[in-house]
Amino acid sequence: MQFMLLFSRQGKLRLQKWYVPLSDKEKKKITRELVQTVLARKPKMCSFLEWRDLKIVYKRYASLYFCCAIEDQDNELITLEIIHRYVELLDKYFGSVCELDIIFNFEKAYFILDEFLLGGEAQETSKKNVLKAIEQADLLQEVSTQSVTSEHLCKCIATPQ
Amino acid sequence: MPAVSKGDGMRGLAVFISDIRNCKSKEAEIKRINKELANIRSKFKGDKALDGYSKKKYVCKLLFIFLLGHDIDFGHMEAVNLLSSNKYTEKQIGYLFISVLVNSNSELIRLINNAIKNDLSSRNPTFMCLALHCIANVGSREMAEAFAGEIPRILVAGDTMDSVKQSAALCLLRLYKTSPDLVLMGEWTSRVVHLLNDQHMGVVTAAISLITCLSQKNPDEFKTCVSLAVSRLSRIVSSASTDLQDYTYYFVPAPWLSCKLLRLLQCYPPPEDGAVKGRLVECLETILNKAQEPPKSKKVQHSNAKNAILFEAISLIIHYDSEPNLLVRACNQLGQFLQHRETNLRYLALESMCTLASSEFSHEAVKTHIETVINALKTERDVSVRQRAADLLYAMCDRSNAKQIVAEMLSYLETADYSIREEMVLKVAILAEKYAVDYSWYVDTILNLIRIAGDYVSEEVWYRVIQIVINRDDVQGYAAKTVFEALQAPACHENMVKVGGYILGEFGNLIAGDPRSSPLVQFNLLHSKFHLCSVPTRALLLSAYIKFINLFPETKSTIQEVLRSDSQIRNSDVELQQRAVEYLKLSSIASTDVLATVLEEMPPFPERESSILAKLKKKKGPGAVSVNELEEGKREGGELNGGGERGGDSSSTPSPSADLLGLRAGPPVTAAAPSAGSLLVDVFSEAGVNDDVPFLAVPACLFVCKNNGVLFENQLLQIGIKSEYRQNLGRMYLFYGNKTSVQFVTFTTTLNVQAKPVEPLIEGGAQVQQVINIECLTDFSDAPLLNIKFRYGGALQNLTLKLPVTINKFFQPTEMASHDFFQRWKQLSLPQQEAQKIFKANHAMDTEVLKAKLLGLGMALLENVDPNPENFVCAGVIQTKAQQVGSLLRLEPNAQAQMYRLTVRSSKDTVSKRLCELLAEQF
Repeated sequence: MQFMLLFSRQGKLRLQKWYVPLSDKEKKKITRELVQTVLARKPKMCSFLEWRDLKIVYKRYASLYFCCAIEDQDNELITLEIIHRYVELLDKYFGSVCELDIIFNFEKAYFILDEFLLGGEAQETSKKNVLKAIEQADLLQEVSTQSVTSEHLCKCIATPQ
Repeated sequence: MPAVSKGDGMRGLAVFISDIRNCKSKEAEIKRINKELANIRSKFKGDKALDGYSKKKYVCKLLFIFLLGHDIDFGHMEAVNLLSSNKYTEKQIGYLFISVLVNSNSELIRLINNAIKNDLSSRNPTFMCLALHCIANVGSREMAEAFAGEIPRILVAGDTMDSVKQSAALCLLRLYKTSPDLVLMGEWTSRVVHLLNDQHMGVVTAAISLITCLSQKNPDEFKTCVSLAVSRLSRIVSSASTDLQDYTYYFVPAPWLSCKLLRLLQCYPPPEDGAVKGRLVECLETILNKAQEPPKSKKVQHSNAKNAILFEAISLIIHYDSEPNLLVRACNQLGQFLQHRETNLRYLALESMCTLASSEFSHEAVKTHIETVINALKTERDVSVRQRAADLLYAMCDRSNAKQIVAEMLSYLETADYSIREEMVLKVAILAEKYAVDYSWYVDTILNLIRIAGDYVSEEVWYRVIQIVINRDDVQGYAAKTVFEALQAPACHENMVKVGGYILGEFGNLIAGDPRSSPLVQFNLLHSKFHLCSVPTRALLLSAYIKFINLFPETKSTIQEVLRSDSQIRNSDVELQQRAVEYLKLSSIASTDVLATVLEEMPPFPERESSILAKLKKKKGPGAVSVNELEEGKREGGELNGGGERGGDSSSTPSPSADLLGLRAGPPVTAAAPSAGSLLVDVFSEAGVNDDVPFLAVPACLFVCKNNGVLFENQLLQIGIKSEYRQNLGRMYLFYGNKTSVQFVTFTTTLNVQAKPVEPLIEGGAQVQQVINIECLTDFSDAPLLNIKFRYGGALQNLTLKLPVTINKFFQPTEMASHDFFQRWKQLSLPQQEAQKIFKANHAMDTEVLKAKLLGLGMALLENVDPNPENFVCAGVIQTKAQQVGSLLRLEPNAQAQMYRLTVRSSKDTVSKRLCELLAEQF
């Protein structure tokens, strides 16, 4: 995967994740073009389209569009389910996630994404394992880490199965 | 989920975000942001040291502002400071800021790398993961330099936690993608492959992405992954949906991992080990079987995950292209999807079938779906799906269905979306050319194309139809008639006028016999369009007019009047004015003979890769159209290309109309200077000219029966030749074409006969011309030698060629009746006057070809002379300055024995001998 964009029906960008090095200018141009293209499409249309030399896979959830750019050999359907799994993770974490959650807790949306996808590839597809990692991190927030030795920290992190 | 996760105390951030959301206008938003930026700047610069929490909050605000699309030029230092905080959340925000807003400030990179190094060596898995995520997100070269050695160690170390392994694998993948030279293969590589066997599905999922990428670049080193991948896949495919617990997604076991395993296998040929292969085929069959089972859930996620695996399996089957049974099953499965209610599946089925169409095993199976695909083209509501349908029709097209497919594509073009029209036009043009059995169909198709979608018919397309009409004399009359009819439409596209003007200018005479299309009617029809056309088209029409004057002298006065009118001769456009003036002058001062020479019919165009094919390749990129497939098709439909397919060098794009007509450039041939493999070459010789044989001249014997063609070609230089002879005089035009992009300097040619000097410099890609005047003093056997020297990039090139000047070039044909022939034959009965050879046929014994060669020889071919109609007899007189040598020839083919007997009698013994030698090599 080359990048993932989340944007609203009004075309406001809510999250951007780039897995290939691009200049800010190029990123802005791509975003503008793609948001326009995707928003212009009608509801029943196909979720895939060719764009430049990439394939775009997108899906709308309520007011938010999730849009991924993948390479020629990548699998469109499994990418569609990557999007869905990410939505499930957000939903489980925030509890009935809505656009506002992502606006006000954008950093969390990034952290969850990093646990799920890294460098554009699936790192951990188990919902339980991803959420466990995030929960552990949240737990650390509450504990004043100053009083915790690193040995103790290790015990806090549950070993994934 | 803990409520704390949502606010975690950063109230200031939440307030700021609310403020921004409440802004009524863009200006208000910018004002609020500037206020905040000023505030943060003063806090960062303030004397009072900020606590970690405040730093985190402000850095987070800056990040938010950046993500809104504003530039951020400070705060990097504070973010870096956060990296070394021992509070997890502060560190986390610091890393996030760096990941999103990385700056190649070297000072900072050093600091960042330091912090990362500390975290990597902390042995705290959470911190290690944060650091690895940061490297994977930034992936800069500096980071690769610092960590490319360390990360493989973390990845394969026995005591590394699973979650760290997962991050390390993908982190390494990112570094390998950006700086492959810095990631050195080593002892770790074999251990990475064995991660495919890991207990933890998450580790396998992450590691396989890395392994796939590494395998693509170093297939041999990672070969062992094939059997491991097959056994892993087999275990997943055969597992029950509950076996894999949380790695089962909507009743589908490990769909992501399955897809990645199938993808990895596509980096390799089918497994050699029979057992492994058997197991894999079993897996693929199971996947195909599962597609037929009733769904375990109605949810779209279930079917998507299941079908994702199915499509990946089909990709693998297509990649192997060796299991006819699986290929046909795959095709049938996709055929079902073609009518599925899910648009996504229809789209993917069309896409996947496109690749199946190119496999010999499944091409026929794909073709059975033609009606469904045509229907999709007509009824799909989504343009991207229709595009796929058009692609598939193009891919499944062959001789048997070309007419149907082209007709459907043409009718679709009438309503097609603007975005895909140009590509559709190219495809129709290519298919029409590739599968044309009768050329009237081809001409009709292209003219329809211009009528329906004239705006999208690029120059290449209409150039091509003209090239083909010029090169095929059996279609010229039909083409003239058809364009004449098409031009009668009240509104016709300018491209139609161009094609019409060109074709009528060349071949209008073929339909002039019909009073409905008499010369004047043709001219008036063309001229009625003149004023609506653009300058280039008008220029082309003017050239057509002057050609009319040559074809039809009766139109001369009408056309001269048009040329003389102020709107032409005083036209503000220089090109038009010049043409009008020159053509007017030419038509009034030149004799009919001169006019006929200057305005001679265009010679056949050199055959090269179809320019439209080149255009489609360019448009779609090399990967999009299978070049092999197209070229195979071309061979199949080869008549059109005369076998002269050269591929590769397709750089010669047709030039503007002026050059295509070639009227202004002196002898008509210049514009279409014979390049490699002109039709003539193909008719007369089987050996074309090879690019890959350097400095090897084309044997001069190839030119015995013809005057034009390519004399020599290597990677640097191409020498074309055109020559004409009258009596004992000849003139030869040599065209030196520089095939490189670099100029040739000190270019000289020396001839053992006199020649006008040639330009000493040939620019890259340019062509210069040299004229050689030849006079035949007496009969001769040895051809003149031409020596060429030039410097290319400093290196001296030197080559010597035999000029194709042979005694027969000075023949004057002599017509005579049967009685006269035999009388003269008997007169030349001295033994030394006769030369005879009996030889085996080197080429097919085709009467038409033989006739063409004998005519090319320069003698008169006498009909009804020899009592045996299979035999050929010819008569001619060789003109030299010293004397005239009468010659008679008789060629007796024996089709059964594939032999010829050739007898030449002439008044001079040396001539008989030489002619016999020359000709024996020709048949």
